Amino acid sequence: MGGDKAVLTGVHFMSGDIACAEGAIAAGCRFFAGYPITPATEIAEHMAARMPEVGGIYIQMEDEIASIAAVIGASYAGLKAMTATSGPGFSLMQENIGLAVMTEAPCVIVDVMRGGPSTGQPTLPGQQDVMQVKWGSHGDYEIIALAPSSVQEMFDFTVEAFNLAETYRVPTFVMADEIVAHMWERVVIPPPENIRIVNRKKPSVSRDDYMPFMPDDDLVPPMACFGEGYRFHATGLTHDERGYPRTQDSEVQTRLVQRLCDKIRKNADKIVRVEEVMLDDADVVVVAYGIVARSALSAVRRAREQGVKAGLLRLITLWPFPGKHVAKAAEKAKAIIVPEMNCGQIVREVERAAKTTPAYHVPKLGENPHTPMEIFAAIRRHG
Amino acid sequence: MRIEIRFAGFGGQGIIKSGIMTAMAACIYGGKHAVQTQSYGPESRGGACKSEVVISYSEIDFPKITEPDILVLMSQHAYNEYAEDVKKGGTIILDPDMIPNEKKLEGVKIFRVPATRIAEELGRTIVANVVMLGALTAITGVVDKEALKEAIKANVPKGTEELNLKAFERGYEYGKKLVEG
Amino acid sequence: MAGAFEHPFAVYLRAAMIPHIWCSGCGNGVILNAFIHALDELRMDLDKFVVVSGIGCIGRTAGYTNVDSFHTTHGRAIPFATGVKLAKPELEVVVISGDGDLFAIGGNHFIHAARRNIGIKVICANNFNYGMTGGQVGPTTPLEALTTTTPYGNVEHPFNLVHLATASGATYVARWTTLHVRMLTMSIKKLLQRKGFSFIEVVSPCPEIYGRRNNMRTGLEMMEWFRKASVIANFSDPAKAEITPEKIVVGEFVDIEKPTYEQLLYGKIAKIVKKE
Repeated sequence: MGGDKAVLTGVHFMSGDIACAEGAIAAGCRFFAGYPITPATEIAEHMAARMPEVGGIYIQMEDEIASIAAVIGASYAGLKAMTATSGPGFSLMQENIGLAVMTEAPCVIVDVMRGGPSTGQPTLPGQQDVMQVKWGSHGDYEIIALAPSSVQEMFDFTVEAFNLAETYRVPTFVMADEIVAHMWERVVIPPPENIRIVNRKKPSVSRDDYMPFMPDDDLVPPMACFGEGYRFHATGLTHDERGYPRTQDSEVQTRLVQRLCDKIRKNADKIVRVEEVMLDDADVVVVAYGIVARSALSAVRRAREQGVKAGLLRLITLWPFPGKHVAKAAEKAKAIIVPEMNCGQIVREVERAAKTTPAYHVPKLGENPHTPMEIFAAIRRHG
Repeated sequence: MRIEIRFAGFGGQGIIKSGIMTAMAACIYGGKHAVQTQSYGPESRGGACKSEVVISYSEIDFPKITEPDILVLMSQHAYNEYAEDVKKGGTIILDPDMIPNEKKLEGVKIFRVPATRIAEELGRTIVANVVMLGALTAITGVVDKEALKEAIKANVPKGTEELNLKAFERGYEYGKKLVEG
Repeated sequence: MAGAFEHPFAVYLRAAMIPHIWCSGCGNGVILNAFIHALDELRMDLDKFVVVSGIGCIGRTAGYTNVDSFHTTHGRAIPFATGVKLAKPELEVVVISGDGDLFAIGGNHFIHAARRNIGIKVICANNFNYGMTGGQVGPTTPLEALTTTTPYGNVEHPFNLVHLATASGATYVARWTTLHVRMLTMSIKKLLQRKGFSFIEVVSPCPEIYGRRNNMRTGLEMMEWFRKASVIANFSDPAKAEITPEKIVVGEFVDIEKPTYEQLLYGKIAKIVKKE
């Protein structure tokens, strides 16, 4: 469904929220459930206008809990599905994000981060949910989270998020922020044949032989959908490969939860993406992501102009965390600078990976990300 | 070259849209790099509102403004808040009817464009922002006139193109006269 | 197994999931039984049938029925079912869950699904308390009833689910007790044949957890209460469909037609796609 209306091939001037919605549609998303919240509302509004044009479903649910529940339902019914929200709504979604993890429902969740905690600063940016996205739901699990730095990446990474969600049957997150979401920039949407699309693996066995949670070698089980005649069961309870609840069985619990973690951990090399700028001889490494990475790049260039050997490690995947890349960059470096729009979150992971190389956090809260000068000053201070 | 422009006023004046149209003109129709960011309060109408545009020949890393080259101010509040931020030797374009109280500013070029009054004459105060865009183009040359007209056509509601282009031309003429003295 | 006796309804159940977890005297088995009879009598296409449930004793029903099924988080069966129904409107989607799941933690989803007239079907086992967690007060617990969290008697006014469903916009509303097996089966058949949001409340005994604290130690004693107190009053005023120790008003209360959400939405989509 959708045909040529689905991919708006061409050069556009768009906001990040609109580019995100277009990326989803280009990736094959045909179900959006959401609830209005600044600064993610424009994604819902654009989806409300665009979904019917491509034969897709838009529904505004009664809250974010219902939104993510409907997304999981649509995913199980066979559609690529997404929701978009910001901090308060993201908090409400956490329990059902765990359900999506446990039932291995492919879906995409966009969190346009604003200033928190609580209602915080709705119209201002933040990077305060980057730990919540990894640890926000109860229990042990792994997810995938991407951090776009530009409007173009709001398009590209949303496509990628769907591909990753479908490949690994895991909720995948686009961790945007208010600036990237509301910023307008040039976006190039390629022709459909140049956009890589991944669809979930389907079972190749009969109904009688189908076990909905029996993984292949890549630790990901093929996925039947409702109405395809497999008549299978799924539950948020600990379950065996048939999908049947096994609430008293330690062995099944170990096998299931370990696999849910391992399917991401053991495939991490395939999932992790970073951008490395002038790292080869860097004495000072700036580790940044999202909107802050743009200031960091500017600061690193300025430092180089002044003879300071600085480099940038931009985290594209926040989770799984690119620990190997940080460790490698840290080996030769004297110091690592971690500017974030929070009071110190990803810096903890950087410290773990960097071992003996000191990591210095540069916090920033409120309306603006760090200016290049602020990051440059930190490079000077520790370089 | 990196040019930073800040549009400021209150919600409902088309401040955000002015930034988008300027950036779009520079980028899509002008072949440069451009990015627009914004900041607004919780009110849909009447609250303080600003829209920032960075235009550059090379890729833009930091998308926000640190020291604006050009300020386009459409409310007293915006003037009080931002007038002193402008770069030394920079330009302020303001609507004097909306900004009755000005401070003494040195080393700044000030152009007073009664955009709201001109828009009223055209029958729709809502196009005051487009009058300002015309003046901005004539005074600073920061974007190409034809490019900005294309951006206006692409952004205004269908059926209002003519009115908006008229508003743009009126602003352009007014700005031109100011520059030529 | 060739020659072995197979129950004619075995096809409807996942044998590997049985025995079920329900206590003796519990009404959930009666509800499942009536549900399966209805499926059988209507010869429903089991490949196009989805059962969704939330958390609670009756929530296990999704696992027992041999169709596509999903056991959601607590309270979220209805929004999950909404996603399924909108994504594939050709599927028959039934939510079977309890009073706490559907009307306390999930209450907001219920009223909004009914308001939108999403074409999902909801069967609620109302046993007046949270059975699975050991008998706490719930949104349907009668005034003065004893539960583990109302040891001095309940001071909360209970919901009248029939009234709530009607006011929220449900197109089919009925209430029966597990004593009214034939009426219940008939009602479930109607529920499955309706297009819009449809709702049946089944007043169900919970002797082990609720009854024994309220002078009804066995399933039989609870059924005796249902027998004595039940009054069939079809299409009577839902506002007056009370449940008290003396009187349980049962019957069908609403049976109307109006366009469903998915009909309206898909109608719009068809027009927009055509126009493009």
